[in-house]
Amino acid sequence: MNRFRALMKMTAVRLSALYLLLFTVCALILVVYMTSLSVRLLTSQTETAINEEMESIGQSYQRGGIAGLVRSIDRRGRQPGAYLYLVADPAGRIVAGNVQSIEVGILQTDGGITRPFAYERYNEGNDPKVHTAIARVVALPNGIRVMVGRDLGEPEQVRLVVRRALGAALGIMGIGAFLIWFFVGRRALHRIDQVSVASQRIMGGDLSGRLPVSGSGDEFDRLSDNLNGMLARIQELNEGVRHVSDNIAHDLKTPLTRLRNRAEAALAGAKNTRDYRAAMEAMIGESDQLIRTFNAILMISRLESGYSSEEMQPLSLASIAEDVFELYEPVAEDAGIKLRLGGLDATPVRANRELLAQTVSNLVDNAIKYGRHGEVAGEIELSIARVQDHVELTVADNGPGIPPDQIERATERFVRLEESRSQPGSGLGLSLAKAVMKLHGGSLELEDNAPGLRAVLRFPVGGENE
Amino acid sequence: MKILVIEDDREAARYLEKAFAEAGHTVDIAGDGETGFTLAEQGNYDAMVVDRMLPRRDGLSVVASLRARGNDTPVLILSALGQVDDRVTGLRAGGDDYLTKPYAFSELLARIEVLQRRSSPKEAETVYRVGDLELDRLSHTAKRAGQTIILQPREFRLLEYLMRNAGQVVTRTMLLEHVWDYHFDPQTNVIDVHVSRLRGKIEKGFDTPLLHTVRGAGYMLKAASAGTPA
Repeated sequence: MNRFRALMKMTAVRLSALYLLLFTVCALILVVYMTSLSVRLLTSQTETAINEEMESIGQSYQRGGIAGLVRSIDRRGRQPGAYLYLVADPAGRIVAGNVQSIEVGILQTDGGITRPFAYERYNEGNDPKVHTAIARVVALPNGIRVMVGRDLGEPEQVRLVVRRALGAALGIMGIGAFLIWFFVGRRALHRIDQVSVASQRIMGGDLSGRLPVSGSGDEFDRLSDNLNGMLARIQELNEGVRHVSDNIAHDLKTPLTRLRNRAEAALAGAKNTRDYRAAMEAMIGESDQLIRTFNAILMISRLESGYSSEEMQPLSLASIAEDVFELYEPVAEDAGIKLRLGGLDATPVRANRELLAQTVSNLVDNAIKYGRHGEVAGEIELSIARVQDHVELTVADNGPGIPPDQIERATERFVRLEESRSQPGSGLGLSLAKAVMKLHGGSLELEDNAPGLRAVLRFPVGGENE
Repeated sequence: MKILVIEDDREAARYLEKAFAEAGHTVDIAGDGETGFTLAEQGNYDAMVVDRMLPRRDGLSVVASLRARGNDTPVLILSALGQVDDRVTGLRAGGDDYLTKPYAFSELLARIEVLQRRSSPKEAETVYRVGDLELDRLSHTAKRAGQTIILQPREFRLLEYLMRNAGQVVTRTMLLEHVWDYHFDPQTNVIDVHVSRLRGKIEKGFDTPLLHTVRGAGYMLKAASAGTPA
């Protein structure tokens, strides 16, 4: 019983059983319908034949009276066939015909007898059998009764054949269901078991494990492929987290160590208040940088987690570009770099003013820090252009740019490309920009400005939807 | 100045008490929202520092209730959150300023002192004077010793803010907030460059410096003879 229950728990078995049941019921209905239809047809044909026979016997009677009738019956009765002929006197005794005995009461009925009845034939040798038949009885005016009938052997045989066919069909279907279960079900179950085993291994901590893929491209393969994709994403995130914590550890450890060293050095070496003051101020500077890094990390995490209720409103990027330009122009000038405003398209986009101003500031800041290039006069252009269904804010410099093979890495957290390690900064500016753009449904593209770097903030145009 | 600090972190509260005391202010500490609310209702404070997340009663609700009862003591809200919308909700609840943890005490001190001064009638004055420097808010002109100083619109706003808070330390983020209307932390010394340009314009050719750099904190506009600010 338990085994049966376990069996019924398997999807394949349940499905096979259900199909089998369904097919059987349908087949039964069909067979019963077909049988009754053919039997009815045969019966009605038989009745017509009996009537014709009776008519022809009636003509013999009209032509030759009782003698002609008996002759005709005798002649017909001797011919082989399924017809029954009988003439009885008014007392019910059989006078002529090919019937030896007949069920009581049949001869007393007038007209058609469609109910099958039993009778015995002559000439059946030593082994008389009871047959069933239907018939028509006519009473002549002188009390003599004439019956013409036909044996029901044929319809009975049809029924038998149909029943046998049904049995065979059921057997074949049963075998089919079993085969379906055996091949499809067991195979499917085997695949599912494989997936179960693999997932257990992965749950055990081996995130690099993957589910088996047979290569047939069926549903199981697609499922496994999707799950594998999910696992890859989880592993990627996991590694990202580890990578970030490594970087946090590194990026915070360095300034923390410096902070501690300064405090230690001040304690050991400072001779007067002025020394202490200088050390303290330097330490505050270090701490501020630490706080900045922390805030940037927190902000990126929050933006990337997708949860953000930042208020978005339709605004023109031009006002932000102008503000940032105005804010950075003196700094750029002091650094010997020409900061320029290019064309400013005024198409509104849905954006958060604060986040965008910060992002654009970061980009300009980067361009000022890293955009210097030997003797070439530094130039930075800030421009906004409408490109099809996007608005692009571009910060382009003519500095050394980023080598194409490193562009991809540049937006990763904490990545400071080797050349820029000497510059202060958290290494988070571009990742922050990327996170902000993701929140805005846009993207950050870093392109070669030949020479220099073009940082492009690409916004979908959606301001008018508001 | 009498300051109420509502902060549940004992360590942080003690540190604030000590640091404010060193700056010459008296401090009362409340460790939860309910106590803070009661103290704020009874005591007559010049300013309050309220943490957002407090036991028993949320900081924002304390501020909102005080405002509803007509208490208009300047409030600075402290928060460990720190995104733009947090600032907006904080200010909507009735806070006057907003600061995100971790913060520098100098920033907090500067902001509290400016907040407290904000309730003074200086807001209504049309002409600000610091020493021989004069700024007319109506005609948008600035003069020093009678000599007109030509300022860009942004420089004018910068000077206006510095003069309104003359004798007070204003930090770089405060300048970015009030002069540029942005609340992020600029990476490099953008503000310093603007201030030094302004300094060039108002001090060039004059002997007495007016715009002082306060190390580790920010800037202060102050006439040489004015002595220590009140």
